[in-house]
Amino acid sequence: MPDDKASIPAMKVTNAADLANENDPAPVGMPELLDPEKAPKIAQDLGLTLDEYEMVCTCQGRVPSLTELTIYSLMWSEHCGYKHSKNELKKFPTEGACVMQGPGENAGVIGLGDGWALSFKAESHNHPSAIEPYQGAATGVGGIVRDIFAMGARPVASLNSLRFGSLAKPRQRYLLDGAVAGIGGYGNCLGVPTVGGEIYFDDCYEGNCLIDVMCLGLMRVEDLQTGAGAGVGNHLVLFGSTTGRDGIGGASTLASQEFDEAAENKRPAVQVGDPFEEKLLVEVCLELLHRGLFVALGDLGAAGISSAASEMASSGGVGLDIEVDRVPQREPEMTPAEIMASESQERMLAVVTPENLAEVQATCARWGVLCTVIGEVTDTRRFVIRQHGEIVADIPAAKLADDAPRYSPAYERPAYLDELQGFDPASLEHPSAREGLERAFLELMAEPNIASKRWIYEQYDYQVQDGTAVLPGEADAAVLRVGMPGRGPVSSIGVAVSTDCNSRYCHVDPSEGAKIALIEGARNVACTGATPTAITNCLNFGNPDKPEVFYVFREAIEGLAEACREMGTPVTGGNVSLYNESFGQAIWPTPMVGMVGTMPDYRVHATMGFEHEGDIIVLLGETADELGASQYLATCHGVTGGRPPKVDFELEHGVEAATIRLIREGYAKSAHDCSEGGLAVALAECCIAGGHGCMVTLDDELSPVASLFSETQSRVILTVSPDDADVVADILDEAGIAYDGIGRVRGHNVTVLDESGTVYLDVPVERAADLYDHSIERLLAGEHAGTSGADGVIENDPADDGAAL
Amino acid sequence: MRFGVVQFPGSNCDQDVVRALQYLGYRADFLWHQETSVVGFDAIVLPGGFSYGDYLRCGAISRFSPIMESVVEEAGHGLPVIGICNGFQVLCEAGLLPGALVRNKGLKFICKSVPLRVEESVCQWLDLAPGTVVDVPVAHNEGSYYADETTLAELEATGRVVVRYCRPDGTVVPGETAPNGSLHDIAGICNEAGNVFGLMPHPERVTDGVNGSRVGSAFFTAIAKRVGASA
Repeated sequence: MPDDKASIPAMKVTNAADLANENDPAPVGMPELLDPEKAPKIAQDLGLTLDEYEMVCTCQGRVPSLTELTIYSLMWSEHCGYKHSKNELKKFPTEGACVMQGPGENAGVIGLGDGWALSFKAESHNHPSAIEPYQGAATGVGGIVRDIFAMGARPVASLNSLRFGSLAKPRQRYLLDGAVAGIGGYGNCLGVPTVGGEIYFDDCYEGNCLIDVMCLGLMRVEDLQTGAGAGVGNHLVLFGSTTGRDGIGGASTLASQEFDEAAENKRPAVQVGDPFEEKLLVEVCLELLHRGLFVALGDLGAAGISSAASEMASSGGVGLDIEVDRVPQREPEMTPAEIMASESQERMLAVVTPENLAEVQATCARWGVLCTVIGEVTDTRRFVIRQHGEIVADIPAAKLADDAPRYSPAYERPAYLDELQGFDPASLEHPSAREGLERAFLELMAEPNIASKRWIYEQYDYQVQDGTAVLPGEADAAVLRVGMPGRGPVSSIGVAVSTDCNSRYCHVDPSEGAKIALIEGARNVACTGATPTAITNCLNFGNPDKPEVFYVFREAIEGLAEACREMGTPVTGGNVSLYNESFGQAIWPTPMVGMVGTMPDYRVHATMGFEHEGDIIVLLGETADELGASQYLATCHGVTGGRPPKVDFELEHGVEAATIRLIREGYAKSAHDCSEGGLAVALAECCIAGGHGCMVTLDDELSPVASLFSETQSRVILTVSPDDADVVADILDEAGIAYDGIGRVRGHNVTVLDESGTVYLDVPVERAADLYDHSIERLLAGEHAGTSGADGVIENDPADDGAAL
Repeated sequence: MRFGVVQFPGSNCDQDVVRALQYLGYRADFLWHQETSVVGFDAIVLPGGFSYGDYLRCGAISRFSPIMESVVEEAGHGLPVIGICNGFQVLCEAGLLPGALVRNKGLKFICKSVPLRVEESVCQWLDLAPGTVVDVPVAHNEGSYYADETTLAELEATGRVVVRYCRPDGTVVPGETAPNGSLHDIAGICNEAGNVFGLMPHPERVTDGVNGSRVGSAFFTAIAKRVGASA
C-alpha cells in the first residue's frame, strides 16, 4: 500500500479472491437456509454491509442459514475481526528476547527470569460503560481477567485508563462514580488488586467515555496454555455461568458502531457481571491447568461461544461439532443463533480428553462450578452447530477467525491539525510575577487531570494477594513482587506497570503524541527502578470510515510503532476500539499504552516523595520552552493548541538508564518524572508525597511560565544525599546527559526562585496538598475545586539554596 | 504451631494469610469449607474475601459451611480463632462475636492504611501493649461495626474492644476517626474468654514487609507463644 497517496478507494476488500477455493473443507450437511430475498436485509440488521453479505455467500458457496449469518456478523464485526485495523497493526514490532507469546492469543506473555512469566493485556469496554457505567466497567474487568487466566496465568493485578467529560456536568459525575464502583465492585470481590491507572477529563469524551482495563498475570513458564483445539474425539467443555440472552450483539451492534439517540435502547446489549462466579472459575481453571487436564483453554468474551470455539478450531486446524441443546440455558426457547451469540459473562471453553473428563467434572463439582460437554473435536475443519439433531450451521472454521474482510480505508490529513499546530503560545498574555504564577500553579494543582486520584484508588482493593510493593500514589508506577504462595520458588524479581496517554498531545499531533505516550510510560516504570520491557495498548479512535479519522489512526500507530522500536519495547497484544464518536464527533485519538518494566529486586525501588530534609534535588534532562498542548494552556487559558513537546529518543534512553542505575545503586532517594503541569507540579507532587518542602532555583533562561509549566519530555526529578553528591555527579557525567542540581529538600513550602532570587512560587505544601488531594471529591460533590490568590510567605532563605551538584 | 486457614468459596485473602504465617515460621494449612473437623489445629484463621460473593449478606451463607460447626464448638473449648475482614463478618453471623458489620458510612469501598490504637483487653491474640498505635490497611465495603447500646456497654466494660480506629497520635474522636462509621470507633473485638478475635483491618498485609511495614506480625505472634507455652 503506497504511503503517499490518499486516494485509495474507501472500503476496498483486500482478500476477496481468497474467499473460496478448492482447498476448503467439504460441507458436513445442509441447514435450513434463509430466503435469498430477505437475507441481505437481515445481514444489514446484524451490522454487515451488502458487500460483506456477498462475501458470506461466497464463503458458504450458498445463501447462509440464520445461525450462520449471525455468527459471521459477529466474527466479522470490527470488534472481533479488526477489519479496519489489521493492516495497520502489522507495523508494530512484536518480537524481543523476552517475548514468549506475541499478539494472536488471548494475551501476550513475557519471560521474567527464575522460571517466571508474565501475561498481560489491555482491553476497552467503552460503549457498554457509556450506557451502563457500573456493569460496563465491571464486565470490562471480568473480560480481561479471563484473557489472562486463559493463558495459564494467575491474575495478580489490574489497572485502568479512564476518560470522561468535564466533572462540572452531572452525567459525567454519574459515569465516573458508576465506572469506579463497577471496577472496584468486580476486582475487589474477585481478589485481583487494582494497583494503578490514569484518568483524564475533557469535553471530547462527554458522549463517549473510555474505560480501558489492563490485567497482569503470573505463571511458571511451563504453565503457558494454548487455545488451539486438538485431538479428534476430544470433548469441548463449557465452564461457568449459564447462557442467557444478555449481551447479544454486543460486539457487532454496540462496540462497532457510533453512538446516537438510540444508544439508550442498546442497554440490553450490556452484560451483567458476577465476580463471585469468576473467582470460582479462576480457581477451578488454574487447578485443572496445573494438573495438566486441559488440551486447550479459551475465554468467552465478545461473540461468546462463536468466537471462542471458532478460534479454537481455526488455530488448531480442526473442526468442531457443537450441540446447542447441551448448553445450559438461563431462559427457555433460546434459538441457536442466540446461544451462539450470547455474551453471558463468566464462561470458559476447554478441550478435554475423554480420559480426563471424570476428573475435570469432579474438580468442578468441588468448586461448585458448572461444567458441560457441549461438543466434540472433529477432523472436518468445519464449525458445525446442531439443534435437536438437525444441522443449523456448517461453516469452514478458518473463514470466521482468519478471513474477516480487511479494509484499507482512505485517509486524509485533517485541516484542523495545521490550525492547531500553528497556534503560538507566546501570543497569549502570561503571568510573570509571583502572584499570577502562584495562581496558575494552584489552579493546576486543583486541575482534575493533575490532582490526586485518591478518591478513585481508595475504592479499589490495591493490596489483596499481598504482592503490591509500591502502592497507588507513592510512585510513577505500581511495583509488584513476583511469586505465588505454593507455586514455584520465592523470587526477588519485581514488575513495574503504568498506563499512559496524553490525548491532548495526540489531538494536536497524533504521531508525536503517540510517541510521548510510549516514552512517558517507559519513564514512569524507570522512575521506580524498572527497565521498560514490553507493552500492551488500547487504541481508541473515532469512525475509521472517515478519512480524517483514519489518517489520525495511521499516524498514531506509526508514531507508536517507531517509539516501540526506538525504546526496545515490543507490543505483545492489545485492543482496538473504533467508532468512539457521539453525534458525529470523534474523541481525541487515545492510544493508551500499558507499559511493563522489570527489576531484579522489588525491594530496591524508588518512590516519588521527598523524604529527607537537606537532600539535593537533581533535574535530569533540560527544560525547553514547550508550552504547546500543555495542561497550563488548557487550564489557565482554556486553549488546546501549539506543538507538543519534542521527542528525543537518545536523550530519553540516557535519562532512563541513569535513573535506573542511580536507583539500583541506592543513590536516588526518590524519583519522579515531569509531565502535565511541568516542573512546578512535579516538585509539588514530590513535596506532598514526602511531607517536606523544597527550595529550588531555576537558571534556564526561559520565561517564568515556561520554566515552571513547560512539559518538556525526558526530565526526571531525583533526590540524592549530599554525601553522595560527588559520586552521583560522576555517574551522570559518564551518562553524558544534561543535568542540574536545582535545589534542596527543605522546610514546608514549595519555593521556586530564579537565578537573581526573584520569587516565582512560595506556597505552603499543605495548601497545595489540600487542593491536590481533595479536588476530585469536591468536584464530584458539585463544588468548585476552589483556588484563590497567592498569600504565602517566604519561609526559606533564598540565599542558601545549597545545591552542590 | 499449626494454623488452619479456612477457604470458603470466594475467600481471597487465604493465600495472603498463609504466606504471612509461613513468613513468621509457623505451619499453616488450608482447611476446605466442606471439611467437618478442625481437630489437630492450634489456631484457626477465617480470612478476608467475599465468601459466597457476599450475596444475601456478608458471611450469612458461609456460617452454614460444614467446617463452621466444628469451629464454633472448638472455640467454645478455647481454640484460638481469628476472623479478618470477611472472617470477622462470618464470626458475627456465626454468633461467636456479638453485633454486625454494616455498610460503610459514605457507601463506598474503603482501601487505605489507618492508625489503630491497641486497647486494654482480654484478647489473647495481640502482642502489643495497650496504647500502642499501629498503621494497618483496611479494605472493605461493610466494615461499620454495629451493636445495640447494651452490647456496646458490655464490650467496653469487659475489656472486649481490642483495637479502635484513631488519629495518628492515638486519640479517638467519636464519629470521626472510624473511616467506616463504626460505633465506638471499633476496629476489632473479642469474646469473653479472649480466644476469638475479629477485626476488619488486614494485619497479614503488613507482616512480611512487601510494602515496608511488618507491624502486622504482632497480631499472630502472641497466640503462637501462648500455644507454645501451654504445649
